[in-house]
Amino acid sequence: MTDQRHRLGGLLTRDPAVVTAGVEVLADALADQAVPVERVDWRPPPAGTEAALAAVLGDPRHADANARAVRRMVTARPHLVDVRPARDVLGLDTGTFLHAGPPLEWERASGPMRGALIGAMLLEGIAETPRGAERELGRGAAVLEPCHRHAAVGPMAGVVSPSMWMLVVEDAEHGGTAYCSLNEGLGKVLRYGAFGPEVIERLVWMGEVLGPALRAAVRRRGPLDLMSVAAQALQMGDELHNRNRAATSLLLRELAPALLAAEDVPRGRAAEALRFAAGNDHFFLNAGMAAAKACADAARNVPGSSLVVAMARNGTDFGVQVSGTGDRWFTGPAGVPDGLYLGGYGPDDANPDIGDSAITETAGMGGFALAAAPAIVRFVGGEVPDALAATQRMYEITLAEHPVLQIPLLSFRGTPVGVDVTRVVRTGILPVIDTGIAGREPGTGQVGAGLVEPPANVFTDALHALAETA
Amino acid sequence: MRDDWVEVRRGSYHDSVTLMRVSRALSERPDVAAAMVAMGTGLNREMFGRMGFDVPEEAGPDDLVVAVRAKDGDAAEAREALDGLLRATSAAPAAPGAAAPPRTTGSAAARADATVALLSVPGPHVFPEAMDALDAGLNVMIFSDNVPLAQEIALKEAAARRGLIVMGPDCGTAVVGGAGLGFANAVRPGPVGVVAASGTGAQQLMCLLDAAGVGVSHVLGVGGRDLSPEVSGRSALAALAALDADPGTELIVLVSKPPAPQVADLIREAARRLDTPVSFALPVPGEDDLTRTAEKVLKALGRKVPEWPSWLGSRHPKPVRGRALRGLFAGGTLRDEAEAIARDALGWDLASRGHRFTDFGDDAFTRGRAHPMIDPSLRLAAVREEAADAEVGVLLLDVVLGHGAEPDPAAALAPAVAAAVADRRDLAVVVSLCGTPADPQGRDRQAAALCEAGADVFASNARATRHALALLDGAPVEGRAG
Repeated sequence: MTDQRHRLGGLLTRDPAVVTAGVEVLADALADQAVPVERVDWRPPPAGTEAALAAVLGDPRHADANARAVRRMVTARPHLVDVRPARDVLGLDTGTFLHAGPPLEWERASGPMRGALIGAMLLEGIAETPRGAERELGRGAAVLEPCHRHAAVGPMAGVVSPSMWMLVVEDAEHGGTAYCSLNEGLGKVLRYGAFGPEVIERLVWMGEVLGPALRAAVRRRGPLDLMSVAAQALQMGDELHNRNRAATSLLLRELAPALLAAEDVPRGRAAEALRFAAGNDHFFLNAGMAAAKACADAARNVPGSSLVVAMARNGTDFGVQVSGTGDRWFTGPAGVPDGLYLGGYGPDDANPDIGDSAITETAGMGGFALAAAPAIVRFVGGEVPDALAATQRMYEITLAEHPVLQIPLLSFRGTPVGVDVTRVVRTGILPVIDTGIAGREPGTGQVGAGLVEPPANVFTDALHALAETA
Repeated sequence: MRDDWVEVRRGSYHDSVTLMRVSRALSERPDVAAAMVAMGTGLNREMFGRMGFDVPEEAGPDDLVVAVRAKDGDAAEAREALDGLLRATSAAPAAPGAAAPPRTTGSAAARADATVALLSVPGPHVFPEAMDALDAGLNVMIFSDNVPLAQEIALKEAAARRGLIVMGPDCGTAVVGGAGLGFANAVRPGPVGVVAASGTGAQQLMCLLDAAGVGVSHVLGVGGRDLSPEVSGRSALAALAALDADPGTELIVLVSKPPAPQVADLIREAARRLDTPVSFALPVPGEDDLTRTAEKVLKALGRKVPEWPSWLGSRHPKPVRGRALRGLFAGGTLRDEAEAIARDALGWDLASRGHRFTDFGDDAFTRGRAHPMIDPSLRLAAVREEAADAEVGVLLLDVVLGHGAEPDPAAALAPAVAAAVADRRDLAVVVSLCGTPADPQGRDRQAAALCEAGADVFASNARATRHALALLDGAPVEGRAG
């Protein structure tokens, strides 16, 4: 009897209910018979992708590989365990700089990327003047490598130089480690391509005061569960990319007592560090990015999996990496964000999309959690239903709902997590990414914030590469 | 000078059936001489060309092409009407906070506790949707044709691993748990399970059983290629096993176009091992026709074989020796059965005497357009052409009713029949009407309208064919002899 009930999934024993895709007449005919029908709003994928889709989806490893990859992504338990200089923790030598996004040469670098590199040259004392720095960079004096190649991420230009201090985040579940620099605050800052004296002074202070103070606090406190902070902040109106106000407050609450108790940090320096962090609504962003990087890296290198494990931009190219294709980048031209501009600036001043911060979307935060932070859809002239719609649209292209990150407005449904290349290609729905907007001219800084989408070709290219491995 | 209006709407996708309905509605307007609204696929571009429309080079398969030829130079009203027609086909905007409709079968399956996915997207795009369904634990019915053979086999193997069934590709008919999927007639529930490699064959069988007061438990389609040597009856075997285990099924009938011999042996061997008796209905010369199969099923169940319904017209056209029989069919198996019966009566070489049997549901006629059971326009044109051919003595047509089929086939066909016989007093028209009184179109109402127009109408396709053959020869006519 049991056998019969389960045969063909209960096709002959249960009341019929039908999913339909295609001709409406056939769905109507079922509705006319009072049969429950769930209609797919089906649209054709781009011409020329049929064979690759069939190869990837027909790969016997595919379904299990995706399930395994996304399970690793959502079960990662990133903890902030230390704060250390990049020279020590990443083995970065003088003259080597990390940058956001896929690999990039100076010749193709955009304004803000050039500005940030010039600033880093000044910070490291390799050049005396911006002109000198530019000349040195132009003749190839520096080695440029993507942050992602070093298990690191950096917001906006994402430039990391040896003297900068890095948050060290360990995944207590799978054992991986990820790194991110310290957040400088808003306005004229290196990550937006500014390199004026106040930028360099701040970076020097961060290296001398903030980094050591945070190191003392973190070491004294012990490993700090970042997913727990992220989950709480999501329920307090953050989406953890463009809004980090709640998460920053929670992080300070966790660190402040340990900082004050640290005997090796003079009281005045502890106060400076706390004042700086409290005055920067995005102080948590870099910790959240390192956490997201640890989650995404846990899902890497699962053969046959079409899960996206990195989305990143260098100001010129938008790139993705996919679990089943290793460290290969699939790139396309970075788009200009759609957003709101700071006083006096407009779209003409905007640089194309830049930064590793799309790692938050990769791990189910940021744009994917927009429904948790309706306040920020105003950036693009949207309303609350638009925030809900954006998150709900992402469920169409993701493999799972996050077990920890939940959205109150959606009855605590988990955020959509784990972008699947095949679903992006099939639906034409592109990941929605929150972002800051950098000025086009080197040295300008931030000009606005908004939303951006990747170029569609990065997903079709990844699909074809996956098809070759199937 | 023609006044053509051709417009390309980039990235505006609609399914082909919707667009054909829009095209038809536009063509029927008094101010329109010709119209076609279709996606800019290679095939459709050819059709635009044939109609004399000049389609811009840049129109691709993802773009909607609108081409209208106005009668008196002004297409403005037709243009407005088009926007209304296209809008009417799109769903109402979602309420605030409501989720947008699912975009993949996987997403839809996650929202609904469904048992089966019914897929009718273009064949080259079926595979991802079908894999989604199987991965979500759903059975799959694939209505679409043009699915690559290797993909059919891969899907059926994936289904077997999950304990599920893939019905199709090119599966027109199924009935599960009382629900008709695709083209299916409203029949009573009962003890007969049907495994169908042929959609209209299954429909004919279930309609005849229904007319005899006997219902079906389930009809499981398997697709036209399932009994090929390559696919080797994978779905037919799964369907036989499922129906054998179904307590509501007392007898199984397998309906198919003639299978490959080695596959036929495989199926017969599997059937022998079941507890439930299995009958075979394979419409080839020398084998039982579908009506005879239905009669045998009734006898096996201890039921009386009824007089099969017919509706005879008042016309008695005088047969003229040597004239031709033209069969114009929407159902492939009904066509094959009629041809087999004609061969039994007239010998193998029908063509040299001008007898022809055409299946308008064949791929050659359905590429880029809907099945003739949904869109009858090609066959209506053929009725006009054949009637104009003085060599033709008898027209044999099928009309298949049921869920999914056009809402009132007689509305267009009866006037076409009436027009044909009005000009040709010597032309006989015979209709094979496959339907039940409970079908949405109403079998008896359809029969009355066609009969009124001058056709002799039969519920049995085999009897309709024999009647047509008799009219051809001037031999005594079945049912009118007494």
